[in-house]
Amino acid sequence: MFSGWTQAGPTVAAAFGASLVEFIEALTVVLAVGAVRGWRPALTGAGLALLVLLGTVVLLGPALTRIPLETVQLLLGTLLLLFGMRWLRKAMLRAAGAIPLHDEEAAYAKETAGLRALGGARTGWDGVAVGAAFKITMIEGIEVVFIVVAMGAAGRSSLLAAGAGALAALLVVIALGLLLHRPVASIPENTLKFAVGVLLCAFGTFWVGEGIGLAWPGGDWSLLGLTAGFLGVAWSTASFCRVGSPA
Amino acid sequence: MRWAAAIWAEAVGLFVDDGRLAVLVVLWIAACALVLPHLPLPAPAPAVLLFAGLATILVQSAVRGRGR
Repeated sequence: MFSGWTQAGPTVAAAFGASLVEFIEALTVVLAVGAVRGWRPALTGAGLALLVLLGTVVLLGPALTRIPLETVQLLLGTLLLLFGMRWLRKAMLRAAGAIPLHDEEAAYAKETAGLRALGGARTGWDGVAVGAAFKITMIEGIEVVFIVVAMGAAGRSSLLAAGAGALAALLVVIALGLLLHRPVASIPENTLKFAVGVLLCAFGTFWVGEGIGLAWPGGDWSLLGLTAGFLGVAWSTASFCRVGSPA
Repeated sequence: MRWAAAIWAEAVGLFVDDGRLAVLVVLWIAACALVLPHLPLPAPAPAVLLFAGLATILVQSAVRGRGR
């Protein structure tokens, strides 16, 4: 179950880090919509999507507590592992130089060019702009919802911890958007994804183990061991895969 | 139905990037769930086996991805 900072700390950190990355990607497109088509439709689309996402968490979170805990842990642990390994694998390959880093400035330039091609700002309802802001906030936000629900699989307190992490990330990104009015390109996105991928894999493995009834040495403390294990494996593999090293 | 297909593709894309990685993870978890609870192994060994299998799958997927 959920016992203090051994789980709450990593839960808040993973939910915050993962949500930060996703919200920054959404912010890039919302800023592009605002700059080209106007701020009202950009904020309307993003706000509507956030409401839908919040409703999803409110409905899904408590519903999961009615399913037997072992089943939820096995199912969400498996999904968390698939999700976390996808992130971690990509972050490892980016760290190794095998695939290019994600570039928020380039994404912003591409998005603004695409929106300009559809015409400038309009008075009244701008379906294209609202739709674009809604779609990107939903796409990135669904990942945040999954992370919050999966990280909160242990019960109400862990769900609250994961939700608090995601909410903090949302507030940080909103503040950055208001301050900068530019895409947030200066954060070390791949390092963040690497770290969050490690945490998601550690949590996923822990939940799966709990779900199939394994005894973890040290109980919740084994989460720290799993985190160190995945970090060591991912770090050494990224170094081994570094472009230029022999295949 | 195009929107439904797009949502489905988006949902699958959340979890599956390298199909082989996803299949191996699910198979390893299934094998661990079916076998480990019935093996007469001392306490930390089943947990270590679960982790070791997952770490191996991750490493081989990344090494394979480097070559693409």
